[in-house]
Amino acid sequence: MTTYTGFEARNLAYAYGNGPLAVDDVSLNAAPGTMTAVIGSNGSGKSTLIRMLAGLLKPRAGSILLGGISIDAWEPRLRAQEIAYVPQSTSTVFPFPVIDLVLSGRSPHAVRFRFESKHDVEKAREALDLAGGTHLATRPFTSLSGGERQMVILARALAQEPRLLLLDEPSSSLDLKHRAALIRTLTQLRQSRNLSAIMVTHDIQLACAFDRIVALRCGEVAASGTPDEVLNDRLLRDIYSDPNVRTERIGDQTLVWVDLQRSGL
Amino acid sequence: MIGARVAKAMAILTLILIAAMAIGVSVGSQRIDPARIFSDPFSNTLFFRLRLPRVLLGLVIGASLGVTGGALQALFRNPLADPYTLGVSGGGALGASIAIALGWSARVGGVPLIFAASFVGAMIAVTLVRTIARAGAVVLPGALLLSGVAVNLIAAAGVLTIEYVTDPSSALRILRWLIGSLDVVGLAPVGRMMCVLAPAWLVLLFFSRQLNLIAIDEDTAATLGVNVRRCEGIVHALCALIVGVTVSAGGAIGFVGLIVPHAVRMMFGEDLRIVLPGSLLLGAAFLILADALARTVLSSGELPVGAVTGLLGGPVFLWLLRRRQQFAAM
Repeated sequence: MTTYTGFEARNLAYAYGNGPLAVDDVSLNAAPGTMTAVIGSNGSGKSTLIRMLAGLLKPRAGSILLGGISIDAWEPRLRAQEIAYVPQSTSTVFPFPVIDLVLSGRSPHAVRFRFESKHDVEKAREALDLAGGTHLATRPFTSLSGGERQMVILARALAQEPRLLLLDEPSSSLDLKHRAALIRTLTQLRQSRNLSAIMVTHDIQLACAFDRIVALRCGEVAASGTPDEVLNDRLLRDIYSDPNVRTERIGDQTLVWVDLQRSGL
Repeated sequence: MIGARVAKAMAILTLILIAAMAIGVSVGSQRIDPARIFSDPFSNTLFFRLRLPRVLLGLVIGASLGVTGGALQALFRNPLADPYTLGVSGGGALGASIAIALGWSARVGGVPLIFAASFVGAMIAVTLVRTIARAGAVVLPGALLLSGVAVNLIAAAGVLTIEYVTDPSSALRILRWLIGSLDVVGLAPVGRMMCVLAPAWLVLLFFSRQLNLIAIDEDTAATLGVNVRRCEGIVHALCALIVGVTVSAGGAIGFVGLIVPHAVRMMFGEDLRIVLPGSLLLGAAFLILADALARTVLSSGELPVGAVTGLLGGPVFLWLLRRRQQFAAM
């Protein structure tokens, strides 16, 4: 199947109830093999945006196209073969074993009324391995820590074998080692499968490894471009509304921090 | 892999059900000699008009309550959900009480009024509980059970009012029937129920894969290609239909739908593709055995089966609640 030719969102807008626009006129696209990071302060509309892209929220205005066709027009199961979503957190009440949870990522590929095949089980194990969670396979998901859960949910999305991965702060509970592993896994999958990714994150170091960064402020696109273009003092101070944000280039990475002494601490 | 697990679970549970049926038909105030069922008219009547229909009614109602309990727990992602705790049975009971007060045997377009009324009651209850407990995309577990309690109270008050204002014979009939009993004569009523219930069970079982994904997480299910809203709507309607029919026949028998899916999970794991058909079989076996106990525990007369399941199920509910709180505290 080679239906995926690109993913594009045009002029998206969303408001919760009668509230103000949480997302206002945001456009972005993800050509095959490109990785886009979405950054912005808390409440800037990042999660709302990614939930719209995942089809979980219906945009008030604008369109989302997958392979040139509106995502609403896609049969849900076929769309699930193209796009996978990694939520910020998953709280499961029932103690499903980790491997069963990862295996659920295979369901868009399974034939109706059939159980997963040996092939699917292998794919699930591979995905769990890729996400670094092989040792968790038989544990109940409910007994895992926040970081371990994020690894398992990533594995589930990878088992789905999508062409586009939508991630909502996938590294928020991960330790340094697993953050690095997440970047490695994503770049490796881009090379081997031409995977595209759109990721919401507060982790600027993670965003540095991406091709493009879209910065949101109050639901609008404040800046968009390569990490070099977006990650500078002036833009970041504006995005986070804090005059003490500092950036510094070390090698090919950009470090971003807040100067606490200057902010009066 | 999972296919083999399902087959094994179903084989074991079918054996349990057969054993329960054997016990169910062999116990009672009168002993029946198996060799004389066909030759002796008294044994024949006792077996085919009373004993067997009663066991089959237990099977049908137990299976229904088991499978709807499993489905509702998955749908609401709440291990304490069941037709009784969510007020669905209560809503059905109120509907049925109204029908009894209006005249037991009335029919509307060929459908017994009591069936239709308890279905409508159950449907209203499930819709109410769901609307109140749902805040945006999440079902709040506390609100779910509390609204279930409230719906139950309203339904119970409604039933009391009807009992008070209706004539004494109808009131007595409502009272006896509410406690839950499997009194039945002849096979025909069970056959009529099966015409409605068997297709409803099958459709519900067809949804076990989607329900399995919803039980993990609603957003996850949606992004895995499940039409969550449609699936929810269909499962709600099916559960209301199944509960409505069983309540109108056997009264509001509590806690079967709560205990049975848990027992299946403990035996065979969390996968809904095992839990749903497993709860169907084990629910049937459980209610047949509970009824056998109800018929024999007193030296004279019998206990209502609803009292037996309540006495067994209530403590299990409290134990689950306690365990859940420990989980939440972790």
